[in-house]
Amino acid sequence: MRERRYGWTLAALWALVLLALLLSLCVGRYAVRAGTVVRVLLARFLPISPDWDPTVETVVWQVRLPRVLAGALVGTSLAAGGAVFQGLFHNPLVSPYVLGVSSGAGCGAAVAILLGAGAILTQASAFAMGAVAVLLTMLIARSGRDGSQVTLVLAGFVVGSLFSSLISGAQYVADPATRLPQIVFWLMGSLAAAQWGDLGRAAVVIIPCLAAVTALRWKLNILSMGDEEARSLGENPPAMRLLLIGLTTMMTAVSVSLAGVIGWVGLVVPHLSRWLVGPDARRLVPASMAVGALSMVLIDDVARTLLTAEIPLGILTGIIGAPVFAVLLLRRRSGWE
Amino acid sequence: MDVPVVDIQGLGFSYGEAVVLHDFSMQVGQGQVVAIVGPNAAGKTTLLRCLERVLKPTAGVVRIDGRDAGTLSARDLRRDVAAVPQAHAPVFPYTVEEVVLMGRNPHVGVGSVPGPKDAEKAREALAALGMLEVAGRPYTQLSGGQLQLVLLARALAQEAQVLLLDEPTSHLDFRNRYVVLDRVRRLATERGLAAVMTVHDPNDALQYADRVGLLGEGGLLATGIPEEVLTADRLQELYHMPVEVLTDGSRRVIVAGGRA
Repeated sequence: MRERRYGWTLAALWALVLLALLLSLCVGRYAVRAGTVVRVLLARFLPISPDWDPTVETVVWQVRLPRVLAGALVGTSLAAGGAVFQGLFHNPLVSPYVLGVSSGAGCGAAVAILLGAGAILTQASAFAMGAVAVLLTMLIARSGRDGSQVTLVLAGFVVGSLFSSLISGAQYVADPATRLPQIVFWLMGSLAAAQWGDLGRAAVVIIPCLAAVTALRWKLNILSMGDEEARSLGENPPAMRLLLIGLTTMMTAVSVSLAGVIGWVGLVVPHLSRWLVGPDARRLVPASMAVGALSMVLIDDVARTLLTAEIPLGILTGIIGAPVFAVLLLRRRSGWE
Repeated sequence: MDVPVVDIQGLGFSYGEAVVLHDFSMQVGQGQVVAIVGPNAAGKTTLLRCLERVLKPTAGVVRIDGRDAGTLSARDLRRDVAAVPQAHAPVFPYTVEEVVLMGRNPHVGVGSVPGPKDAEKAREALAALGMLEVAGRPYTQLSGGQLQLVLLARALAQEAQVLLLDEPTSHLDFRNRYVVLDRVRRLATERGLAAVMTVHDPNDALQYADRVGLLGEGGLLATGIPEEVLTADRLQELYHMPVEVLTDGSRRVIVAGGRA
């Protein structure tokens, strides 16, 4: 019963993602009809004679498609990262953002931009600092006297603040004419600059990570029982945790390199998904990925169409995510006690 | 008894200088329930953790079915040894069935999820404990006694021949204490499991165990059948208080404190 319902839910979610992708290719300052978008896309593979303005093709293929796909990819990885961290730390209040990974990765990327590094070096720097951030958070949380859920969140807050300060430092010394606007806008989260090359570089890292996390999702159930019980159930918690944290940090860092620091998605989406499919990671991880892609694509649509100027994504996810999370907290329907 | 399922020889454990367990030897056969009785800090939990290999013993050897537990891989060991935790703080409201399914983990390959056969085993375990009706309920909504039975079902789904229980009744009321211990007793007999449990109340050992190990700070004080080991003299000495053993026909009750 439950299995079948889950199958339908997941199929419906991905259908909505496809629909949202199509919608996103239509909307914008240069509106394109859905029928035209479909034909423009298919014209690459099927012999369809173009009856549209060449500008349409540029807008759809070169401007919107990479951006929209980047949004889906980033949303998927942020949400998956949140679902993984919540199971891993058996704590429903965490996400890569909450535990400082995003700020750490942001700091690494900002420094790389400041020094004028290329895309690959920026990703590597983001990953390195993101990993340092999460290890620092775990170290502080562990040496705290009680290993409670709140201690971990507070440790994440401390580390996040530290790296935010370092980012501010990077902004302070950045050349206000050239590097500063680039760093500032990107740090608040933006997919505006996403191009095919960036998308490809991010996808070759993120997609294998997503596949690995999906394959290992059952272990999240085991780890969420706490270390001692996980060990009784035949798991090696430290090794499995290291592997999963590594994968999550990698995809978070690459997402940050691509789209900047975007909070809330990783925290809120797993809760919404838990409400849809229950807490079992076998269903939760795939569902979170779909809901993450869906929300990120739609939020980015709002970001680029609501005002004449682009709205940074971090601002929108905060405005939407905070009240949603507050409601979930109050109604306790988010699937944790 | 031919080869004992659990064969503990000269087991010792110390945290740095502090010796918690010293030269502990005991055998547990198929279908046997062994109770470990002793005051707090006598090393009861340490003993179970050494058997489970959550702690690495500093001396001695534990053989499970003739094989040295120290040489087994984590997965192999957990197919032989299942543990029911003393306290469990749920975080996510998994259904009862999902929790029991987690017991199948040692049988599920890395990068895989439990299959239909595992689901069947989980339901079997639930049925054996009469818990099928609550299979679909969030386990966070269960009473303490039901939760303990679910954790017992999870251990059963592991299909191990050794069952370790750390004070399985410490949070339970009068009735649930009986229910849980009665189920453990029957499972051991019916399925030929070797069960080792730590208990606070020597009466639990008297009523449900085939053998008992009396653990004091100096190590294992006595081992044997409960009626012989749990004497008023030994318990008085161990717990530093007056103890009486009352007999009514075939049943015995251990009572603390002197008569007014």
